[in-house]
Amino acid sequence: MKYKLTVIAAAAALAMSGGAASAQSVMRIGLNDDPDTIDPALSQAFVTRLVLTTFCDKLFDINAELGFVPRLAESYEWSPDGKQLTLRLRPNVKFHDGEPLDAEAVKFNFERNMTIEGSFRKPDLAGVTSVEAMDPLTVRVNLDAPSASLISILADRAGMMVSPKAAKELGTKFGAAPVCAGPFKFVSRVPQGRIIFEKFADYWDKENIHIDRVEMQAVNDPTVRLSNLQSGEFDIIERLSPADVKQVEGDSNLRLAKAPDIGYGYIQFNVGNGPRAAKMSDQRVREAIDISIDREALVNVAFEGLYKPGDQVIAEGSYYHDETKPVVKRDVERAKQLLKEAGQENFTFEINVRPDRDFQVPAQIIQAMLAESGINMVINTMENVTQLEASRQGNFESYMSFWSGRVDPDGNTFQFYNCNAAGNRMGYCNEEVDKLLIEARQTLDPAQRKALYKKALDIKYHDRPDLSLWYRQLFAASSAKVEGLKLFPDGMIRLQGVKLN
Amino acid sequence: MALGWYILRRLGSIIPTLILVSVIVFALQQLIPGDPAVAIAGDELNEQAIQEIRTKYGFDQPIYVQYFKWIGNVTTGDFGESYRNKVEVADLILQKLPVTIQLATFAMIVALVVGIPAGILAATCKQNAVGTAANILALSGISIPHFWLGIMMILIFSVNLGILPASGYVPPWEDLRQNIVSLIMPSIVLGTGVAGVITRHTRGAMLQVLSSDYVRTARAKGLAERVVVSKHALKNALIPVITLSTIEFGQLLSGAILTEQIFSIPGFGKLIVDSVFNREYAVVQGVVLVTATIFILLNFLADILYFVVNPRMRSAHG
Repeated sequence: MKYKLTVIAAAAALAMSGGAASAQSVMRIGLNDDPDTIDPALSQAFVTRLVLTTFCDKLFDINAELGFVPRLAESYEWSPDGKQLTLRLRPNVKFHDGEPLDAEAVKFNFERNMTIEGSFRKPDLAGVTSVEAMDPLTVRVNLDAPSASLISILADRAGMMVSPKAAKELGTKFGAAPVCAGPFKFVSRVPQGRIIFEKFADYWDKENIHIDRVEMQAVNDPTVRLSNLQSGEFDIIERLSPADVKQVEGDSNLRLAKAPDIGYGYIQFNVGNGPRAAKMSDQRVREAIDISIDREALVNVAFEGLYKPGDQVIAEGSYYHDETKPVVKRDVERAKQLLKEAGQENFTFEINVRPDRDFQVPAQIIQAMLAESGINMVINTMENVTQLEASRQGNFESYMSFWSGRVDPDGNTFQFYNCNAAGNRMGYCNEEVDKLLIEARQTLDPAQRKALYKKALDIKYHDRPDLSLWYRQLFAASSAKVEGLKLFPDGMIRLQGVKLN
Repeated sequence: MALGWYILRRLGSIIPTLILVSVIVFALQQLIPGDPAVAIAGDELNEQAIQEIRTKYGFDQPIYVQYFKWIGNVTTGDFGESYRNKVEVADLILQKLPVTIQLATFAMIVALVVGIPAGILAATCKQNAVGTAANILALSGISIPHFWLGIMMILIFSVNLGILPASGYVPPWEDLRQNIVSLIMPSIVLGTGVAGVITRHTRGAMLQVLSSDYVRTARAKGLAERVVVSKHALKNALIPVITLSTIEFGQLLSGAILTEQIFSIPGFGKLIVDSVFNREYAVVQGVVLVTATIFILLNFLADILYFVVNPRMRSAHG
């Protein structure tokens, strides 16, 4: 009811301001899919993260080089034992409802993320034992063990601060009328329709905001989405398909923005999860599959050469990427040799693949490559949710998917390769890897951490419970009127500094 | 008296039908593979959150318990909550049904405005080029896929000519003009198929009426052909067309799914497609149940009207 009233009030306000509307600069953004609830704690979709990023400021943010920059927190300090993080907050910051963003509000947000029913931020903050408001602008976060990834976590959804007043009032329905502390405030949303924001007059960084109003709308079909940009219906479209890049580059009315992504496509094998694990349990067979794939040719054919061939889980551009490791080369003869040694000539296995083009095409190319080594890969097309379910239950021999990647290496490693991690659907377990990953998680010195990840991942790269195949590149397109749009490796659209001419 | 009895008897058959619909919808949902809790969690690798979602929405309970809980709530007007959007399903339905009804109405207007004149032309000019053209138009209307037509129209009218918006539905209370403009292409795309059907039926009915005795009499009286067609033939020929249009209107409500996808119109169709993919059981069940109820009620109303209009039925049921 309250929500409806807000919408009606907003509509009335809009109607009244109709005369002045033409002078406003309105940024219209075309989204790939419809967001789930616009709540930093309860949402999981990539697209919702993108919506939240435009209007919900975080304690920290990343920069184009994947480093961290202060936002709502001006600075931070670790205690010598690494178990206490002290945050100094930016003074005079207000939420959209006028409430102050102070230490109590930050404490409230930590606690909300850790306790609210259905929160997806719980594992992010699992190591937090308590949060104290030391004075109005100082917050202390107490941990059960040092956590090297905490800053990166606070530069993502767990660091987005919501107004305690609104959050208490709305509970799990906060997403219907979200109140944050970012450059724009929420006006209205029609599910599957438009989401509207307007400029927040009291924003702490308002000198960098040159847009009065933001309208977002999901358009599922890529052709229709691009047509909308060409016809001027949208000013920006996110996640442009590589297949459309050429068309945008050839159109003088459009501009292309790109960034290397931290996500990667992969194949996971079932090496120890339930009764179907036996098939893929021989390392030699997995290595034979790996070296039968020509990654260069794969990205050239499947992604117009716009993605990068790769076989690591920490993408290029990250400090933790191992630049000493060359990309695996194709060697059909050796693959045949390995299969012979394993007694698996004429090896046949099944792979579950989503129906989307971006998985079907690479799967078919890999199928052809493997056939040359005498491996018969049977493609089993499975709708997304069905595939997720099968993977969780261990009901698979292998599957192809994509991980959007995390800025901190912990998010790309621990949850997949730790023996007991929830995301370890492969059933991979190596005690040495476990030990190294836990140590890396608790090591605050970057150089030492990097060495630990190299050690752990070299074992993983040898064992091959999974294979990384390509690093995605991110593309967004805008009309030529949009000035200053920069895409970051996390694929988010940040409107700070962006102008509409 | 007889009418009251008839209404009671018809109502008696509506309730079991609705219960049957609710059971079928519920059972079909359970047949779709994939746990809704996993669908909600998506790529998040969080067992705890998944378990909490299961408990919160009762997915961990036996199916029959889930069914009775749901149907019990529905009778009090509580259709449950969309777990993706955290919005009441009843609110979602109330928000989206008018959008689809508006689109279907516009499409019906397009279909009637194009279909009836085309049908008359096809019947009266069946020997010449105009009639052939009308026939070809009708056949094309029926056979062109909505998706293709939609994208072609976007390319021509939005991208090349820039005169119509490619998408972006605007509610009428926000901007009436923009609302109508945003529905022009979708209503044409949605209305084409029905226009074709109406053309064919109008043509058939007209041909039949034009060869009937009273039309021959009218012509024999020396009336102008125009008057014969418009005053005498058309009225009778339109009766089956009107019946057909009411049935087609129901079809438009469900046929809007694809059109809403192409033009990103936040209506019933888009809601149901997105909800099936996201395993939003409560939303799908609510939407299907409401749609079924509308259909059944419209049928019920039609039956009563027949009963009132046609005295022969009264004696049959008396």
